[in-house]
Amino acid sequence: MKAVLEVRGLGFRLPGDRGGGDQETGIGRQLVQDVSFSVGAGETLVLLGRSGSGKTTTLKLINRLLEPTAGHVVIAGERAAAVEPTRWRRRIGYVIQEVGLFPHFTVGENVALVPRLEGWSATRIAARVRDLLGLVGLDADTFIGRYPHQLSGGQRQRVGVARALAADPPLLLLDEPFGALDPISRVELQREFRGLEGRLGKGMVFVTHDVREGLLLGTRIGLMHGGRLVFLGTPQEFERADHPEAVAFMRAADPV
Amino acid sequence: MSLFSFYANNSREALGLIWQHLYLVALSTGAAAVVGVPLGILLTRRPAWRSPVLGLANIFQTVPSLALFGILIPILGIGFWTAVSALVVYALLPIVRNTYTGVAGVDPAVREAGRGMGMTDGELLRLVELPLAASVILAGIRVATVVSVGVATIGAAIGAGGLGVYIFRGVAVVDDTLILAGAIPAALMALAADGALGLVERRLQWRR
Repeated sequence: MKAVLEVRGLGFRLPGDRGGGDQETGIGRQLVQDVSFSVGAGETLVLLGRSGSGKTTTLKLINRLLEPTAGHVVIAGERAAAVEPTRWRRRIGYVIQEVGLFPHFTVGENVALVPRLEGWSATRIAARVRDLLGLVGLDADTFIGRYPHQLSGGQRQRVGVARALAADPPLLLLDEPFGALDPISRVELQREFRGLEGRLGKGMVFVTHDVREGLLLGTRIGLMHGGRLVFLGTPQEFERADHPEAVAFMRAADPV
Repeated sequence: MSLFSFYANNSREALGLIWQHLYLVALSTGAAAVVGVPLGILLTRRPAWRSPVLGLANIFQTVPSLALFGILIPILGIGFWTAVSALVVYALLPIVRNTYTGVAGVDPAVREAGRGMGMTDGELLRLVELPLAASVILAGIRVATVVSVGVATIGAAIGAGGLGVYIFRGVAVVDDTLILAGAIPAALMALAADGALGLVERRLQWRR
């Protein structure tokens, strides 16, 4: 399997010259250290970890909202450093928990944004928007002209996913996309997302702190702890893993 | 002498002063917007500059208008352009502050999503931040315009013309009709500007 994403020795230290880092102010603190993994087409790597374990920072290092202080990222054979950051990000779909739909754009305009910036023709954009809304389970005729404030949380995140897929990027980064949803919508979207993964054939990195979600959606689980990747393996391997942090997560998933 | 007969007998002069007053306000508020909106945007990109710039603008705002005109005379002399300069100084603060507040107030998640999708800073500003901040920016321009209409009356004291000419003349000769002949159109002008810009402001508001 050809790797869509390759991450090698990735590290990020907050600016500041104090060697050990200052825990109080965060100056010079090492947030991510020596993280390496690769993601193939059709594969979903779940980055699991507590708050502050470095999973969101890792995502932002991949799409260069933060610039790594060590290591490198390769997408489809091309190194990040060789590409201008905005061009780089257009090859990567990005979905965040808060969704971040543009409130003054309709659903259709939100989904159309990156194709529009890429200069696609109007007919091609219109067709793409309808396809994508269908893909995420929204009736195009009903939703295309609505504004984000007229949607439920689950519908908003569906639009968020459609928008991230708009320019057909090979890689999708998702940062706790279902974290803010009510439990019923969450399960519904998780189930549909599972169906999408296989059909799309894209590489995905999915950040969550919900171990059940991770086991359900991941083809592999990467466990992050203190800025390091302390475990990487299949969900089955994760369930049997003996790393104390993995054990703690499994225990939290199955209390009693 | 009644106000009506005063206007009837002096219509040419009155219309000339109203026009002059409008011109003073439009020119100075326009210039303040051309300088103030980009300056406000710049402050959202350079957070360290925010306190000094807004602080300085605040200080200018607290100088009594007559004193500011007085301070500017030795530098710029008397006349129209001195008044315009003083009015620009007054109009800057509300415009810079509202532009900063409006742009900085855009939901951080919206900004992060936009950047994460690969929008350049210019695209984010043009397509997202400015449209979302438009009504707040316009509210600043509205305040600046209304303040300018009032402060511009003082321009007459340094030979800039405008409706202040009647007011100062009326005060000097203790003639209420003359004072009202300047004050009433100035007040109406302020109300009209407030109402008209308020309408535009509401048009620019996006639904939440």
